[in-house]
Amino acid sequence: MSLGSVPLKYKISIDRDQCMKCMRCVDNCSYGVYRIEDDKIIIDSRKCTACHRCISMCPRDAITLQERPVDYRSHPLWTVEAREDVINQARTGKIILAGMGNAVDYPIIFDRLVLDACQVTNPSIDPLREPMELRTYLGKKPSKIEFTRDDKGDIDLKTELTPNLKLDTPLMIGHMSYGAISLNAQLSIAKAAKKSGTFMGTGEGGMHEAIYPYQDHSIVQIASGRFGVNIDYLERGAAIEIKVGQGAKPGIGGHLPGEKVCTDVSCTRMIPLGSDAISPAPHHDIYSIEDLAQLVRSLKEATEWKKPVFVKIAAVHNVAAIAAGIARSDADAVVIDGFKGGTGAAPKVFRDSVGMPIEAAVAAVDQKLNDQGIRNEVSVIASGGIRNSGDLAKSIALGADAVYIGTASLIALGCRVCGNCYRGLCPWGIATQREDLVDRIDPEVGSEHVANLIQGWTLELSELMGAAGLNSIESLRGNRSRLRSYMLDEGLMDVLQVDSVGA
Amino acid sequence: MEPLVIDAKGMHYTPLNKKIRSAVALGVKEIVINNVRGQRFIANGLRGHDVKITINGVPGGDLCMFMSGPECVVYGNTDHASGNTMDSGTLVIHGSGGDAVAHSMRGGKVFVRDNIGYRGGIHMKQYGLKRPILAVGGTSHSFLGEYMAGGIVLVLGIGREVSVQDRGIGSGIHGGEIVIRGDVDEKLLGVGAKKVDFTEEDLERLSPVIKEFCEKFDIDPTPFLDTNYSRIVPASSRPFAGKYTWE
Repeated sequence: MSLGSVPLKYKISIDRDQCMKCMRCVDNCSYGVYRIEDDKIIIDSRKCTACHRCISMCPRDAITLQERPVDYRSHPLWTVEAREDVINQARTGKIILAGMGNAVDYPIIFDRLVLDACQVTNPSIDPLREPMELRTYLGKKPSKIEFTRDDKGDIDLKTELTPNLKLDTPLMIGHMSYGAISLNAQLSIAKAAKKSGTFMGTGEGGMHEAIYPYQDHSIVQIASGRFGVNIDYLERGAAIEIKVGQGAKPGIGGHLPGEKVCTDVSCTRMIPLGSDAISPAPHHDIYSIEDLAQLVRSLKEATEWKKPVFVKIAAVHNVAAIAAGIARSDADAVVIDGFKGGTGAAPKVFRDSVGMPIEAAVAAVDQKLNDQGIRNEVSVIASGGIRNSGDLAKSIALGADAVYIGTASLIALGCRVCGNCYRGLCPWGIATQREDLVDRIDPEVGSEHVANLIQGWTLELSELMGAAGLNSIESLRGNRSRLRSYMLDEGLMDVLQVDSVGA
Repeated sequence: MEPLVIDAKGMHYTPLNKKIRSAVALGVKEIVINNVRGQRFIANGLRGHDVKITINGVPGGDLCMFMSGPECVVYGNTDHASGNTMDSGTLVIHGSGGDAVAHSMRGGKVFVRDNIGYRGGIHMKQYGLKRPILAVGGTSHSFLGEYMAGGIVLVLGIGREVSVQDRGIGSGIHGGEIVIRGDVDEKLLGVGAKKVDFTEEDLERLSPVIKEFCEKFDIDPTPFLDTNYSRIVPASSRPFAGKYTWE
């Protein structure tokens, strides 16, 4: 019995009057939507992923794309997606994998929070005229500092400070491994991090030698698969991050399919060509908070206590208590990844149904650490669905020291969030290892775009702070009084510790 | 150069490691550490291809983690995850190892005279010429060679009728091999592992490992060079490939 085909997801049409048959669409589409037959461009819309590569390259704006050209009978419960997933699983009996972040229409808390600005009293500050202090130090801060004064009256710091990361802007680029993304994409990001005075994450995939010149602006990751990890790798990074979980798929491991393990990826990860790179769900040397503390210390001991160590966890129900546990280890920062965070591939049910939004998680963590008097013991880094400088400012007001962005930096490289990262055919040269596609990114140009994005957000953050009468990022951090809830429920307002608009 | 002798009694692991590191930096080739009582992270991330460290006592967890080059000989038992993510070099344990011995080991050799705990050799991996070896004289608890992606795990089961009796051997294995003296009950194999014939060529290939192991502990290798082994390998190099469908 045949279930037949499901309707087209996208329909591509060419305005034949406009088309000059330059064939750019044919050349650019790596999914095979276009072909030439008898001097005519033939379209196979079923192969389209809405990546927009053809549209962006068409010199005549001759291509149009329509989403869901075929209607289903509308139904509020049995959405198109619900129906098509059932059909898919009835055919295969397998777990559905999907790309990019959470695609369920959950309310976005950021969009229900508004920032404050000064009027009349406490005048706003013009960042053009006044210095705005955005410099951020990530790592442990001493609970008190002691000084000594010598005979000449010179003052020296007596307290031994823990190494911190120094950021020019409270914005870093999160961990996307070489393997998940291409070398040119990672190189663009690394160059941008250096240019912008910030840091980028290597992800769990080792460090390709092309990244070495930017290693002082990298945070090396150690995850459960321990790919590409040796003492040289640990010493290269400005900081080390232990990845326990990821917002897009809390509680499960990672899995780089063998198809993506090409020669260079295999060499960087230090695994055989074409073999699956499997990161188990837990770290098998971490079965408890004490074991985590042991791994933190082990990494510090191996690098002679010179590197800050971060611990990244997915935002899950007990995130605040877990973060408090991490703060009591020797970890220098806790990274909280919300459930809107991106991914190359994740089981759809995890991506869409497990975890919680970063806004609530970061507020809960900040509050818990403050309540326990240990907020100075760790920095808090928020990530997972941060789309603009407004989200950045709100994250900091909710208690983050800095944020990681991932998807936004990829969009700066061309990504249109089509969600087909797992297929390895990314026409933008981002989530692919196919040489001709990877070559579509020029790391010089790519890094400029990513650095522009960071600069734009940084300028906007200064403006937002100035408007609120704040001239230093510390005055915004955890400052819930500069946030108001616009139509959030009381329970959530309690978690976020914000008042309603008008209150 | 005279060996450096360190009395570790009451010493915290950080000053201990500092001493080891600075000695190696000064060119010391042999270090003897006495009275080791649970200090973790000994020789962590230590480099040095002709350095030998002798540990008398019972070191704590993550012994020789990330170690690259040295030979470390322990006269005593070891705790959790000795040889964790070790890069190269040798770890010889005159006693038993704890859980997760040789976790994610990338290269080098770990020899354990007696037994190991759970998850020994978990996620060991290999690349190019780097092929880690975990050789155990006694037996192992469950999940031996779990998620193994490369390298060799050898269990000799010395003095035992059955070398390994715990379950979950090689669950999720997708590279490398587990070799156990005598027969292994099929029902002890984990998901994704399969038992294949141990051939003459396999014995020839593993003979140097067996001989080296026996040499370390002054054991006559003859009986182990003329006996049957079970060889456990991945059923597939892509154990999870069939589990998923795309959106």
